[in-house]
Amino acid sequence: MVNRSRRDALRRVGASGALFAAFAAGVIRPSPALAARNQSAFDAQTMAEAMRSLGIAGTVESQDIQIKAPEIAENGAVVPIEITSTIPGTQSISVFIEKNPFPYTGTFDVSQGALPFVALRVKVGESSAVRVVVAAGGKYYAAAKEVKVTIGGCGG
Amino acid sequence: MAEPMKIRATLQGDVADIRVLMAHPMETGLRKDAAGKVIPALYIRAITAHLNGRTVFQAEISQAISRNPVFAFKVKGAKAGDRLEIIWEDTAGDRRADEVTLGAS
Repeated sequence: MVNRSRRDALRRVGASGALFAAFAAGVIRPSPALAARNQSAFDAQTMAEAMRSLGIAGTVESQDIQIKAPEIAENGAVVPIEITSTIPGTQSISVFIEKNPFPYTGTFDVSQGALPFVALRVKVGESSAVRVVVAAGGKYYAAAKEVKVTIGGCGG
Repeated sequence: MAEPMKIRATLQGDVADIRVLMAHPMETGLRKDAAGKVIPALYIRAITAHLNGRTVFQAEISQAISRNPVFAFKVKGAKAGDRLEIIWEDTAGDRRADEVTLGAS
């Protein structure tokens, strides 16, 4: 029997043989996080609005979140950021770049077997605070770091 | 079909130190081409990592992640011979899944 919608879905993703095999073996599953994507938070144009959409409220400033980022980034298109949380029971790490057109940059779920750490590379449109919110035990903890972006690579 | 990811995983005790490079333009939808036409947004929006088929790390991301994204994360309770699979999905519904075996060089 042909499952029409599944066939169409496979065609849409341009399935190669390998991908088809992965589907057939049940290796690729729809993840609950995908279904639950909070698009309104991603579409928010201010950090406050994005946090409201995500239900983040009552954040406590914490020394237990370490943010490693360059103080001055010559190339705003590739700014490396490394985040480590030492807050017990850290479930997720969310990143906001305050002055970007869409400040909400993403959430990293480490509650299922990962350590409370993530490194990523982000675009920073202009000098801005990079704000990190950690969810742990039903509470939110926050820390921030300023990143200066030099225009044309010769400013200061 | 997108290019394969480059996955590097090293074991330190029972922690797998994972670094992954994904080939993707990560178009923001805010850029214009030479003719002044807006280049439509196209970016990876979700990432999942499985260790032996069990989800261990998930991310939802925006277009603010740099082109050809690089991520590092750490998975605990890993051992040599475990299979680590990483999957990304972009805003056009394209997917890419790649797998490595821990401890194999």
